[in-house]
Formats: sequence, structure tokens, C-alpha cells
Amino acid sequence: MKRKLLSIVMASAMTLSLVACNSGAADTAKEAASETVEEATEAVSETVEEATEAVEEATEEVTEEATASGDLIKVGIINNDPNESGYRTANDADLKATFTEENGYDASFAYSLKNDEQIAAAQTFIQDEVDYLLLSAADTAGWDSVLQDAQDAGIKVILFDRTIDADESLYEASIVSDMAKEGQTAVDWLAGQNLDTVNVIHLQGVMGSAAQQGRSGALDEKVAAEDNWNIVVQQTAEWNAEKAQQIVQSVIDSGKEFNVIYAENDDMAKGAVAALDAAGISHGVGKDVIVMGFDCNKWALEELLNQNWNYDGQCNPFQSSYIDEIIKTLESGGSISEKTIIMDEKGFDAETITQEDVDKYGI
Amino acid sequence: MDDNRVLEMRGINKSFPGVKALQNVDFSLNKGEIHALMGENGAGKSTLIKVLTGVYSKDAGTITLEGQGEVAIHSPQDAQKCGISTVYQEITLCPNLTVAENMYIGRTKGNITNWKKMSEDADKLLSLLEIPAKATQQLGSCSIAVQQMVAIARAVDMECKVLILDEPTSSLDEQEVEKLFNLMRGLKKRGVGIIFVTHFLDQVYEVCDKITVLRDGQLVGEYEIKDLPRVKLVAKMLGKEMDDLSDIKGEGGSYEGADADEHIFDARELQSNAGIKPFDFYIKKGEVNGFTGLLGSGRSECVRAIFGADRVLKGTVKMHGKDVKINKPLDAMRNGIAYLPEDRKVDGIIGDLSVRDNIILALQVLKGFFKPFSKAEAYAFADEYIKKLNIKTASADTPIKSLSGGNQQKVILARWLLMHPEYLILDEPTRGIDVGTKVDIQKLVLELAKGGMSVTFISSETDEMLRTCSRLIVMRDRKVVGELSGEDLTQNKIMSTIAGESNV
Amino acid sequence: MSKNIKNKESLLKRLTGNQLFIPIIAIILLAVINLINDPGFFKITPVINNAGNTVLSGYLITILDYGSELGILAIGMTLVTAASGGQDISVGATIAIAGSAMLRVLCGGQARPTELQAPIIVAFLVACVVGMLCGAFNGMLVSVFKIQPMIATLILFTAGRSIAAWINNNELPIVPDPKFAYFGGFIPGCPIPTTVFIVIACIIVIALVLKFTNLGLYTQAVGINESSSRLNGINPTFIKFLAFVILGLCVAVAALIKVSRLSTINYSVIAKDIEMDAILAVALGGNALSGGKFNMWASILGAYVIQFLTTTLYKFNVQSDALAAYKAVVVILLVVFSAPTVREKMNQLTKKVKPAKKEVA
Repeated sequence: MKRKLLSIVMASAMTLSLVACNSGAADTAKEAASETVEEATEAVSETVEEATEAVEEATEEVTEEATASGDLIKVGIINNDPNESGYRTANDADLKATFTEENGYDASFAYSLKNDEQIAAAQTFIQDEVDYLLLSAADTAGWDSVLQDAQDAGIKVILFDRTIDADESLYEASIVSDMAKEGQTAVDWLAGQNLDTVNVIHLQGVMGSAAQQGRSGALDEKVAAEDNWNIVVQQTAEWNAEKAQQIVQSVIDSGKEFNVIYAENDDMAKGAVAALDAAGISHGVGKDVIVMGFDCNKWALEELLNQNWNYDGQCNPFQSSYIDEIIKTLESGGSISEKTIIMDEKGFDAETITQEDVDKYGI
Repeated sequence: MDDNRVLEMRGINKSFPGVKALQNVDFSLNKGEIHALMGENGAGKSTLIKVLTGVYSKDAGTITLEGQGEVAIHSPQDAQKCGISTVYQEITLCPNLTVAENMYIGRTKGNITNWKKMSEDADKLLSLLEIPAKATQQLGSCSIAVQQMVAIARAVDMECKVLILDEPTSSLDEQEVEKLFNLMRGLKKRGVGIIFVTHFLDQVYEVCDKITVLRDGQLVGEYEIKDLPRVKLVAKMLGKEMDDLSDIKGEGGSYEGADADEHIFDARELQSNAGIKPFDFYIKKGEVNGFTGLLGSGRSECVRAIFGADRVLKGTVKMHGKDVKINKPLDAMRNGIAYLPEDRKVDGIIGDLSVRDNIILALQVLKGFFKPFSKAEAYAFADEYIKKLNIKTASADTPIKSLSGGNQQKVILARWLLMHPEYLILDEPTRGIDVGTKVDIQKLVLELAKGGMSVTFISSETDEMLRTCSRLIVMRDRKVVGELSGEDLTQNKIMSTIAGESNV
Repeated sequence: MSKNIKNKESLLKRLTGNQLFIPIIAIILLAVINLINDPGFFKITPVINNAGNTVLSGYLITILDYGSELGILAIGMTLVTAASGGQDISVGATIAIAGSAMLRVLCGGQARPTELQAPIIVAFLVACVVGMLCGAFNGMLVSVFKIQPMIATLILFTAGRSIAAWINNNELPIVPDPKFAYFGGFIPGCPIPTTVFIVIACIIVIALVLKFTNLGLYTQAVGINESSSRLNGINPTFIKFLAFVILGLCVAVAALIKVSRLSTINYSVIAKDIEMDAILAVALGGNALSGGKFNMWASILGAYVIQFLTTTLYKFNVQSDALAAYKAVVVILLVVFSAPTVREKMNQLTKKVKPAKKEVA
């Protein structure tokens, strides 16, 4: 009896939590959708041109046909849990806003942070005979057989945000961010500040993640190459503001000199700034310490606008317009010239950022 | 070493911080002998047993076993390998395993268990020893007595040469005790040496061949049973001469107030969810009455219903003639009822708390959550009762669990006396405690009654009940079947009422 | 002479017998390590922070400041452990819930309000109610339905952060008023972190409660022997329930500090893994995790030992994702040293040493 009761309570709690996630996500999606999508489409249109130039005209025709006939394109979208991060929330909202019936799509969504659950979802979509399978894989390995099944069933696969370890022939395209490039852009910016010495507190993300590896790599190389670049402390704060605050606090307490905070996401930069504030160390444009973050959260860009921070690197979550373009190209019989499409990503400088940028790129 | 000797312990010393538990104690055991180890609580019986079974390591002395010479026993496993098996007062088996599993656990050969053979072997042994249990039955579903017998069966099957029975009978009723004795006699014929630790004098004289008496960690002597009549045994244990446990009733007279006929507590058709038939019950001011009957006849359940310890299903209760509701222990306490429970370890002591906290607990709860006693008050209460009841403890701050059983019981008694109840229920207050304390408690009960307190007294030892109670309620099969008082208060009358031979 | 030795021995014994012994030794050990490594560790210097206040700065201040949440949680966790013989593993998640509720009230559901939508005290009281409701939920499962505490609290542990996100529609609101940051930072004109005062207040409150009520006695009695407590008129169900509700209140206070530190919240990482630290604090305080007797002050001290350790490890530049491994080592040492077999061995060892000493004397 007791056990039964427990299981009922547990089950209802879990259901509740699921409902909570989804309704939350849906609400955000609604709000965010109207703002983000148009802007995102604009933002990316420049780069897509390269890849899809050849078939641009055709695409438009096909879209018209598709919508006119009322024949919706069936897509199955497998993503990570939108609660995972602000990035993912924006990403999910962007997808939801693009793949609507008005735009000619019949989209189903599946969320999980676990690879096996994602694979199971993919199999369901294959059985449902979707036309396209859009995938942001939780893990790089283990996708070969299910993607082979998809190919056999005539389903086209497009990867977004994350790549996988599978043969290129199994998917049509992969739309990704280049984390190393993001890191390089940031490091180049920092080098452009022409500081006499660069003493960096380097706050890393969860070790081994693609974003951490890419964003750490560029800085590590530069520090190794230049004599006047030093790492004061290199620590993982695991994307966590509280940990970042403690790490920076510890450096301050030790009395070591530093003039740059290189945080691999905005949250950690925020934690670091909290520690600086408590210790009376000035930061921002023209101040003692340069603060750098990544991801372009709206609140982070606002800090830039207020000149409290110096730099924020973008990690573009708006892949849906790229995907949309590709699907339309394929539907019209065109082909994709490049399998891997790297999205355009900016780096913002506090001295040049505008309110427009904040509204447009903030997630 | 004598050919007939199976065990010889010489010059055993063992001390704990601040206490010399054993000083130069000798003990020897012959083949096919049942040897009683006697002494008050704290005399060193348990320590000696624990040294022998490797639970404690001895400070000095030798242990010699037949055919093995001097042995070094460092752990219970060593003891088992030497052929020394122990059955403790508390069941140390696993209630959630089957009987057969309990009998063979930890001693199957190799990694593969032949379950079928194990069950068959177990059943064979169980029927040989006439133990009413099935091999595949879950141990927890057997009565405590049967569990104890299974523990003995396990020990017997391990081909032990020395079997130690530590208070095996304290939770058994008379028929079960008789069965156990038959079992012991059977083992004796097979040449097993049995060390029997008990508080029941009757049982010692019924089944034992020899007695070794300890007092204050020292050996008093080893005697043939025929050379040591009861009176002398008690005298040796207590270290003073005493005229047996003679009649102590009437020593001080009974309560003689004008309100001696008032019904302090009166219950009609009382029934709890513990499976007893509805019963009527009353007690007068200054009266000592008792529930008697076989173990499991519902004695404890009746008093638990009175105290609200089990869920009360129906019935009306009056205190001093006024209707009251007693649904939980706190209700009973507010009405001046105190209850010393049957199982001291499970329901009585709060082991890790100090003697002081254990003493003040009931009164403190009665006083209220927001009105704690000050430290000084608490110490005063504790010290008063430690002195009054002669509780042997290092200090009031000592955790109660480190006291001997008898002293723990006195602490629980102190807890309830501190509440100054009108009506005190004592459920088996003398179980598992030494003779001296037993007499103390019986005397105390009579004294309290003389002072006007009403007491309900339950004991498995009929003679104890006869000595203290002026009225006995007899129970059989969870039902009140009779009431005895005055002339009818004799051993025979009780027996016949319990047995249902006549309903006088 | 020999009497003198005996006195010394008994003093030593009294010292080692005291529950505060383990955490104090741990603190001394950590302090000595730091002293040898860098005497500057103990330097406290006044600095002017970016809000223009003179405040104290240094490792010791950092320990006092960042150990606050843990110290407060240790209070509630000690009671829960003592009463129920189990631990609440949902405190991290319920901090997220209480913090989220606080932000919801302060920001009125907007992501970036320009001014406070409700007074801070109202928001805090709402958070207290929410925290106590979470505690009551856990407490009910444990006390009424007799579910093991770890299992019962697993529910909120799993669902809590999602609920927290749901309360604010997945937004991450930022509190606009700098006054809100006082609770996790400094009040203008006071050089000592506000969190220190909050902890002191909590300690005073719990000390008064323990002195002027029977909470301590009842909790210990229930934890040691529930059946016996019931027969003495205590209501074990209520006491266990109460312990969880008190922990809920501690959670709300900890949430105030946590949220105030950054004036915002991140549902997935706020107070992450703090439940394990809180349980470790109770264990470090020498309290049995199986319940029963407890020493509140030892637990609180234990919390600061953990923060001391964390800060020391940061100072030695240990990778922060390896911190858990070091804490695990501490847990292993604790468990090993409190195991009966080891204690007995140690006793034997000291016994062997003693006679040798006497001969020398």
C-alpha cells in the first residue's frame, strides 16, 4: 500500500515537472517568437546566400506551391531540453516560430538530454513517416543505425547545433556554431586592446564540452605564443555563476594581479563581476579589469551597453532559418553544396554596441 | 585436563574503563552437563559469556577446550569454529529470511546452495527437535519462542560442543519453556555441554546439574545442584543471608484511606485494534491488581488499551466516575495514568539519552512543549530518584543504554513515579532483571499502594503476582475469563482458571 | 605525579569525547596548512567596494561569507537528521523554488522590471511560506506516509528546479533595486558581510528555541526511539513534520542570500549540490546520520569547515570540478574514523602506548 502510494506520488510529481517544463517553454516560445524570428532570419541571411545561392529562386517558387496546395512538409525535431540554458530556450523558441503551419510545416517536437531517449524519439518519427528529421544530438555517438533507418525510409536528416560521429552521407547538412572561431574572435579582440601585459583569469565551462574546448583553445594558444600574456588562474566554474564568484574571490584574496576576466559564458562573467564589485575593483570600459563573456544574453549585452563589461561573443541559437532554406532547396530538387554550414557569429565590443544590437542579438 | 571436561576457563580478567568486570574467574564445563551461570545483573555473567564467544578479548587468563588445548578466541567466528555456539536473549537471526535460510546462513559450502536439500535438512532437524516451524516459512512469522528454538537448532546443527543459552526463556511461556527443556535434555544426552544463563530460579532447579555463582565480577563458587538449596543460592548471589523470597505482602499493610472503595479507573466494553475482545475493568484506590494468563493471552494488550497505546476502537472510560476520552498516551498521562511497557528496549528506554533526560521525559511532556525544565530542576529530579530507587549509574549524565537491565528498569520506573500518577500500570517490570531488583520493585509496588496509588501489575511469574496483587484478572485467548481474589488467590486456582477447567 | 598524568588523560578524553572535537580539529588542521603555505591567508584588509563602502576583505571573510547558506541549512538538516534518521536531499531544489518565488513577487513576473513590484520583506515572507510548504510536503511524506526521507525528498529533488522555472515562466528576472543585494553583500557603512549577521540571527533564534522549548529533547527522543517516545506522550509524526518545516524555513533564508548575491537566479545551477554539503556538515559535526542525539553547534561548525576546505582548495588552485573528490576523501576519513572497529583498534593502541609512558614517568 505504502509503496503504491509512493509510486503514485512520484509519478504525479514527475508529470508535474514535465508539464511545468513544457508550459514554461511554450509560454516563452510565444513571447520570444514574435521578436526573435524575423530578426534571426535577417541576421543569418547573408551567410546562407553562399550555400544556397544557386537555388534561391527555385526555393521561393516551391514554397509558394507547397503552401498553396496545403501539402504540409512533415518534420520531426529532436532537441535538448529547453530548460537546459537560455541558449536552448532561445533555440527552441526560434524553431517553434519557424516550423509553423503558416510556413508550410507540420512539426513535432521531442526533447531530451539523454541520447537513448533521443534515439527512441527518432525511431518514432521514422515510423510516423516524417519528411525531415532535424536533430540536435545529446551525444555524438550511437546514431549510425537509426540514421541508416531514416535514409532507408527516405527521410532526410539535417543536424543543427551539434555534430555527430556518423558518416556524412547519412545526413543532408549540419548547421553548427564554430566554438573555436568564437574563441578566436574573442582573443583577437583582446589582442586588439593593445595592453602592455595581459593577466587573465580564465573561467572555463564544464570541462570537455564543445563550447569549453573551442573557447579555451584560442586563449591557450595565444598565451603560449605571447610573452606578455599570462594566465593567473585557469579554473572550471562549470557554467555556474556562484562557483565563478568564489574562484575570482579566491584570486582577489590571494592578492594576485590580473586585468582580464575571460569567462566562457555570461553567467560566469556575472559571478566574477559580483566578486570584483565586493572587492572594489573597477571593471568595464576604461577601467582596471576587462570583462569578457559569451552567449549574448540580453542582460549581458545590457551590461556592455552600460560599459560595465567589455566584450561578449555570440553563440548563435537561430538555426531555423538556415534549416528552412535548406529544406526548401531540397524540396525544389536543388542540392546543398556544403555539408557543414557554419553560422555567422559576432563579437560585441562595449564601445561600439548599440541598443539595436541588444534588441536584435540578445537571447 | 579431566577426560570429561569440554571447557576450562582459568583466571579470566577483563576490565573496562573504570570497571573491573571480571577478576580472576574460573569456570569449567563437563560433557553432557547443564551448568547454570548465576549472579545478579552486573555480576559479570554477560562479560564472561562474551569473553568466551570472542565478542570481548580477555585481559588475562586461559581458555582450554577438549581436544584443542589452549585456544585463542578473538571473534565470534573463532568461537564457532571451536564448537562454541550461543543463543542470545535477543533474537540475532534475520526475520525476513526463511527458517531454513536462517539455519544455514553463512555456513554453506562453496558458492552454490542446494536450496532443496537445505530445506529438507532443515525440516528433518526441526521435526527431530519437535520445533513447530516449516523450513520455508519466513522466520518473522514465527512466534518469538519458535524463533529462539530455530536459533538453537542452528547451533545444534553446527555440531557444537558448548552451547550457551543466554536468558533463552525470558520471552517464552511455560509450555514453550518445557519444550525447550526437553530439547536441552536431549542435547545433554548427546554429550553437549550447556551453559544456561537465567534469572528464573525454578528453571535452574528443574534442569541444571551444576551452578556457578558470580558476584561483582568475582567467582563465588561452583556447586552441585543438590548441595545448594534456593535460599543459599539467593544468599550467595546477593552476598547476604536472606530467608528466600518469602512472603513480602502484608509487611506494611495496605491502603486504609476512607476512599479505599472509590473506583479510580473504570472501563466498560473497552476494545483496541490489537485484537482483544471488549472487556470491563476497574481499579480501586490503593489497590494492586493484575492481569494473568499465558503469554499472548492479551494481558499486555488490555493495559495498552487502558493507556491508549494502541488505537482504541470502542468503550467508555471513567476516572473518578467522570467520563474521559483516552485516545492516545498523552490523554492517559493527563488523567494521571502511567504505563511501564513490557518491552523495555523497544518501548521504554531512549537509549542514547542520559539517565536524567530519561527520568524527566514523561513529566516534561506533561508540562508542555514550551516549558522545559531548567538544568537545575532536571538534575534535582534525577538525583532525587537515583537516590530513592538506588539506581546504580556513574552519573545522571550517563546514557541509559550503558546501565544494566535492572537499573534501566528503575530509571523507567522513576520516570513514571516522578509524574506522581494516581494509577500506575506495570507490564512485566521484573523481566530479565536480577533477584535483588525484583524484590525491590515488588516492595516498592506495595509501598506505593499503601500510599494510595492504584497499581496494575503484570508478570509471567505467578508467584510474583500472588505476592503483590489482591485481585487477579485471568485471561485466555484474548478474552477475560475470570477474576480471582481473597481465598482464590492460589497457584492451583490460577492454573485451573487459565486452563478453563472450572469457572468459579 | 601519576595523579597529574591521570588528570591530563581525563582532560584529553573529555576533549576527544566532545562532539565539537572533530570540527575544531579539522579547522585547526586547515588553518595550520594555510599558515605554513602562506601566512597572508589570515590577513584581513579593508577595501572600498564598487558601491563606495569600506568593507573587509580576505580569505577569512570569504569563508564566513560563503559558508553562510551552508551554516543555515545545517541547522535544519541537523533537526531532520535527528528526528527522521534520514536526510533531505531536496534542499538545493527547494532553494531554487523559494528563490524563484521571491523573484516572482519582487519582479511581478517581468524579466527586467525597472523597479520593485513588492517590498522585499513581502517577497521574503512569501519565500518563507513556499519553503515551509516544500518542507511540509516532504515532512508529510516522511512522517505520515512513513516513506524513507531520501526517497521522499527525491521527488522535489527531481522536480524542484523545473517547478522553480515554471514559477517565473522560465524567465530569469533581475532585481533592479540595489538594496536587494545587501542581503548577500554589504549594507552601506558596515564592513562585515550581511550574511554573517543573518547567520548569527539564525543561530540566536535556534538557540532560543532550543532553550525555551523542548524541541531538542523531543527530536532526540523521537530519533532514538519512536515507539518509546509515543508512549511518553510525544507525537512523533508531528515532531518529524516540524523538523522538515523548520528546514523549509532555513531553505528560505538560504535562498534569500543565494538570490541576493547575484540579484538573479539560474534554476539549473543555483545551490547545486548544496544538499550533499549540508549533509556532510551534519556528519562532520559528529552527528549520527541514523538520527538520535545531535549537537547543533557542531553541525554549524561543520558547515564552516566545509567552506574552509573549499576556500583552501580554491586557493591551492585545485580544479573546482575536483572539489567533490576531496570532499569524498573527507567523508571516507570520517566514516572510517567513526567506525566502531577502528575506534576499538585506536583504543587498544592508546592502551599499549600508555603503560610505556608510565614506565618512563
